[in-house]
Amino acid sequence: MPDVSRIVATDCGSTTTKAILIERVDSGYRLLGRGEAPTTVEAPFDDVTVGVRNAVGELEELTGRQFLDEDRVHTPSSQNRGADLYLSTSSAGGGLQMLVTGVVKTMTAESAQRAALGAGAIVIDVIAVDDGRADHERIARIRAIRPDMILMSGGTEGGTVQHLLDAAELLVAADPHPRLGRSFKLPVIYAGNTAALQGVKEILGDRIHLLTAENLRPQLERENLGPARESIHRLFLDHVMAQAPGYDKLLTWTSAPIMSTPRAVGEMVQFAAKDESADVLAVDIGGATTDVFSVFGDQFNRTVSANLGLSYSVCNVLAEAGAAGIRRWIPASIAENDLRNRLRNKMIRPTTIPQTVDDLLIEQAVAREALRLALAHHGALASGLKGVQQARTMADVFTQTAGGGTLVDMMSLGLIIGSGGILSHAPRRAQAAMMMIDAFEPQGVTRLAVDSIFMMPQLGVLASVMPDAAMEVFRRDCLIPLGAVIAPVGKARDGEVLLEWEIGEERGELRGGELARIALAAEHSVNASLQPRRGLDVGDGNGRRWTGRITGGAVGVILDGRGRPLQLPADDQTRVTRLADWLRAAGAMPEVD
Amino acid sequence: MPVAYTPGLRIAADTILRQTRRLPMRGEVLVRPGDSVGAETVVARAELPGDMHVLRAAQMLHVEPNELEQYLVKRPGDEVHPGDVVARTQGLWGLFKSDVRSPIAGAVEEISATSGYVRLRERPKSVEVMAHIAGRVAEIIEGEGAVLEARGALIQGIFGVGGERRGRVRAATEGPEQPLRADALTDCEGCVLIAGSGADGAAIASAAEAGASGLVVGAVNDQALRQYVGYDIGVAITGQEAVPMTLIVTEGFGELPMARRTWELLSSLQGQLASIDGATQIRAGVIRPEIIVTREVAGASAPEAPPAQILEVGARVRVIREPHFGALGRVSALPSDLTEVETESRVRIAMVKLDRGDQVRVPRANLELIQE
Repeated sequence: MPDVSRIVATDCGSTTTKAILIERVDSGYRLLGRGEAPTTVEAPFDDVTVGVRNAVGELEELTGRQFLDEDRVHTPSSQNRGADLYLSTSSAGGGLQMLVTGVVKTMTAESAQRAALGAGAIVIDVIAVDDGRADHERIARIRAIRPDMILMSGGTEGGTVQHLLDAAELLVAADPHPRLGRSFKLPVIYAGNTAALQGVKEILGDRIHLLTAENLRPQLERENLGPARESIHRLFLDHVMAQAPGYDKLLTWTSAPIMSTPRAVGEMVQFAAKDESADVLAVDIGGATTDVFSVFGDQFNRTVSANLGLSYSVCNVLAEAGAAGIRRWIPASIAENDLRNRLRNKMIRPTTIPQTVDDLLIEQAVAREALRLALAHHGALASGLKGVQQARTMADVFTQTAGGGTLVDMMSLGLIIGSGGILSHAPRRAQAAMMMIDAFEPQGVTRLAVDSIFMMPQLGVLASVMPDAAMEVFRRDCLIPLGAVIAPVGKARDGEVLLEWEIGEERGELRGGELARIALAAEHSVNASLQPRRGLDVGDGNGRRWTGRITGGAVGVILDGRGRPLQLPADDQTRVTRLADWLRAAGAMPEVD
Repeated sequence: MPVAYTPGLRIAADTILRQTRRLPMRGEVLVRPGDSVGAETVVARAELPGDMHVLRAAQMLHVEPNELEQYLVKRPGDEVHPGDVVARTQGLWGLFKSDVRSPIAGAVEEISATSGYVRLRERPKSVEVMAHIAGRVAEIIEGEGAVLEARGALIQGIFGVGGERRGRVRAATEGPEQPLRADALTDCEGCVLIAGSGADGAAIASAAEAGASGLVVGAVNDQALRQYVGYDIGVAITGQEAVPMTLIVTEGFGELPMARRTWELLSSLQGQLASIDGATQIRAGVIRPEIIVTREVAGASAPEAPPAQILEVGARVRVIREPHFGALGRVSALPSDLTEVETESRVRIAMVKLDRGDQVRVPRANLELIQE
């Protein structure tokens, strides 16, 4: 690696493109500036590099330096212009909308649909021999919906071959044009009867990017969804989500290959787990997708919930969580129709940002539900790595219990890291803390941190070429400790004493339904003793005292007496009052003029 | 200065339009390069063989399969209509006659003396692709269709449901600020209705019942949309809904007047044939719904594309988020420093002098540039 003193790195999200400047100063590599601009995947631009230029342009304006020349980011730097390295990550392609094909609608096609749903995709159509449509209608449909990926299934082992060949012919005839540019080959995962594979390969030829997975319905009475689901997930991560109009052009600008955003963030999460010697859960919540990462012991897991997000996917969160699911987190009375209209307006104009307090609180409420659903998805997938998975519906995936062997253990969890615009740019750090606490319901004693300015993706790709520089910036400028949350597990009755606590010099009682905050700065680590009442657990067992060190942060220590699982008041007025009280206690309520 | 971002909705009175029209299967292309086509012109056609129907004729007549021949009324190749007698026995002294009748319209394809079956084939079905817009054939896609070119008005909406339809443009409200009233809908069979600030569930249903082929409206409520399509739309990929009328929203959800420029352009097109499509895909590679009205322009040169717009002081803008959603104004300042807004966030803002008189600060991300 030649001498590198100035690095510009961008992350092209589905909604916003973020640019950062890292420079080598006397004390090492440091973050010097940040700019952002809406991602430009819509007419008249239809070119992701326009957003990159805008974000880097803002960086120029804010830092007083020059990085752009006529048509690109200038590399390497010369005469104090340009950068020595220009790197980028991307998730600009957005969510995952799939087409599923099978033989019998209620059998293989339904299994395939379950595999796709389990991978976090939206299934926009299911094509089967008995779907009641003529071939030309199916072809017209495939062309109109422009799927991101196709899952082909059908035929038990030893069963039909002809129907699979027919489906392949149908795809060739449809000649679907992918939405992400002409050079992008439509990915097809084949998970049907093995005997038909060769014929399908010959029919599809090189027009399509074909991958194979084990037959997802090898016998009529047996489903084998795991391998297909894994393939969908991997393919989306590596080949679909980073793509966007203008992606090929961006490839010619960068000094190293473009990395998909979840891959890059995953690198940094693994580093954080090692650095902190703790089990870590991290989340990157974006406009189209929400990515969850976990390191428990030495097991790293990464999931992308391809249609949970705050802009393009906001109405999918609405559809999955329901208006009531979102409203329950809003500390104000807002009519359902008003809420729905606001979310629809965000969906159709995804790059806008909240200007009013109401809008902010609504987006943060949606974030809680997106995070909750994404964690449930992660838990289900992390548990499904062993053996055959027999998910039935998306709802079943979410309600799957830990008894199935999920690797996600909220009590052993040491640190939660939040990244993504809504968490990194929450006007108050306490708002980020409360979103993560409400959505994830951490148990016992858990530290919280956020990505300071939403830069983990850029550091992840930097780590692929300059790991030491990436780690230096990560430790100094990226990870902002928020403090810790203490949450006894068990039923919390209103007003009863749940916990007697001593934290440093302070002591007190935590009561049911109460949420309290103790200021403790990031550089302070103090002894703590927590005595829960019988029936409650803070980490060392039912009713047993917990002692240890607690480290502070930008928010401090939050004592959460709302019980686990967290129950909100059923009565609307009480709920609104309580939510506002909790936010105020945490320092998360904006001041309204 | 970086180019400002807008969602890119095009509102053009005169522009060059290009549309690809393809059959979903190989067939015959019926037009030639340079041909003029109307919106209803069939550009390409494919014939699908009709379904086969089998009549167990011998069994139904109580005769042996090899005797069937003598009782046939229709022969292979003969046309049949529903109810036509295909085969008949004479019975005894004219009594106890039995017959086999055709359940379909089509033709007799085959008679089997071995099984005693009569095979009827339904008439071939035509799959056609129409021009959808009036224009000129610019290019032929061999065996599949054609690329058409035309000149005319293009109005993109922000969201829509329902597929391609055509109809004469007709204003259904007095202006862009009035909502559509269910009881004010008369004589709108086959029309593309233009309405102002909104349409509730009842008004949308009335327009559809009255036979309108499309409704273009400033805004709708989410509730009315759910009522119309029958479910909650999650990811915005639309255009295939089984709805009787295409619905296109130009501004957003709630109650918002249609932008005056859009209203004026649509109003000026009243009585003309509009080709509309509600298909919307809000994801990378965005598709927005559109209204097209083509026109004949003999010998005139192509209109110039509008220059790229930039967000600068003096630029005409519209606010696209609360608290000033829908308000029009002009940028009065573009401070480069981050500025705190009501949410306590520090963001890049623009100062905007609104048409109604007051000056407000708006995050730059919440502004849409307006062509003048």
